Amino acid sequence: MSFSPVNVEIKVNGVIQPRTVEPRTTLVDFLRDHLGLTGTHVGCEHGICGACSVLLDGEPVRSCCMFAVQADGMSVTTVEGLAPQRGCLSKMQDAFCETHALQCGYCTPGMLIACHALVERTPQPTEAQIRDAIGGNLCRCTGYQQIVDAVKLATSPGYEVKSAQAKGSGVAHG
Amino acid sequence: MKAAPFEYIRAESLEHVLERLSQHGMDAKAIAGGQSLVPMMAMRLARPTVLLDIYRLPELRQVNIEPDRVRMGATTRQRAIEYEIDLHKALPLVRDAVRWVGHIQTRNRGTVGGSLVHADPSAELPLAATVLNATLRLRSQADGERQIPAQEFFLGPMFTATAETECLVEIEWPVWQGAVATAFEETAMRHGDFAMASAACQLQLDEDGICRRAAFGVGGVDGTPRAFPELARQLVGQRIDESVAREIAQIALQQTEPGSDLHADADYRRHLGVVMLTRVLLKAAQSHHSAPALQH
Repeated sequence: MSFSPVNVEIKVNGVIQPRTVEPRTTLVDFLRDHLGLTGTHVGCEHGICGACSVLLDGEPVRSCCMFAVQADGMSVTTVEGLAPQRGCLSKMQDAFCETHALQCGYCTPGMLIACHALVERTPQPTEAQIRDAIGGNLCRCTGYQQIVDAVKLATSPGYEVKSAQAKGSGVAHG
Repeated sequence: MKAAPFEYIRAESLEHVLERLSQHGMDAKAIAGGQSLVPMMAMRLARPTVLLDIYRLPELRQVNIEPDRVRMGATTRQRAIEYEIDLHKALPLVRDAVRWVGHIQTRNRGTVGGSLVHADPSAELPLAATVLNATLRLRSQADGERQIPAQEFFLGPMFTATAETECLVEIEWPVWQGAVATAFEETAMRHGDFAMASAACQLQLDEDGICRRAAFGVGGVDGTPRAFPELARQLVGQRIDESVAREIAQIALQQTEPGSDLHADADYRRHLGVVMLTRVLLKAAQSHHSAPALQH
């Protein structure tokens, strides 16, 4: 029996990406190895850690728990697609910086995806809703409190992106 | 951890699925949301050589709410249930159960039928199906459709009555007539992890709070979800207070044979089962006083 490669067209961060993949290629390996989008992290590879979370047709899913062929014709948003434009940060990303919601950063792409999905559906989430939304994502650095703080900050009335880099001036952090 | 190679077939129709299952037998596996199957393939606990993708078949995700039953296509998304208010009214126990299933990311892909055929002993939807004794409809090319009650469907951990050429197509949930009180509880290391013990119950109470109909069960304790229809009948005519609930829970758990693992040995698991079952019986019985507001 032959295990024939399959042609897929997956829209990633707004761009249709036609590729030929082996059926066993997971969606996260497709994003990282075929498209070079290494923002999405591979953690446990069996659906425990949430580091590989992406938005699939707008809803958060684990990209290690599906094959790229299953996403054929669908739309994927990765952490690279969260900011309004290149060199900018989204409000959520900016709030993560402000509240020190990351240390090593491994879980951060998945956390950001989970938090973006939350505020998309619930613009003013309660603390319980925030904790529920990140319940499928493991973080071993922060103890989660700063992440909860970041979502509260990002969703507080009138919150604007603060850092110079976030506004797109191109000034790098030292 | 990468899956072994396989041939991928996106099913075009249910007939197509049944034909391929009949052709490939054990070598083929139907995949819907894949939230259990993909990790098992990654760990090479499952090595199908043909993967039949049934997730997009519209005929497998119809939900029909009727006065005395809900007919639910096998690939109904778990997450969809969270937003179906009409479904919550018809099947409050399923509403209660689905909140404990995995995480938002897994519920977005995971399906009701997928959880049932995977048959993890600690899974919530198999427990709800067992407690309500839902009817499962399986279809194969050779034998057409057959029905099996949930209480006979689960045979052991990850082991069901599904034949290798069969596909689960529909779950028929019974809807009790009149108001019901339900509760679902579980204990796990974290919310969303595999339950060490879980319990579910559905009660019908008269205006005096006397039990008129009962169904309850425990998950995560035995190799399959367990319901106790004979014990449930003993509750009819009783007012369920703390001592009644605890006594019936203790008798129920004496009928189980828990296993031991890293998180809970057999005695602790049985103890947790008693606590969870007592809790759901009391919670449902007491909701009579605060009814009819929906628990949100």
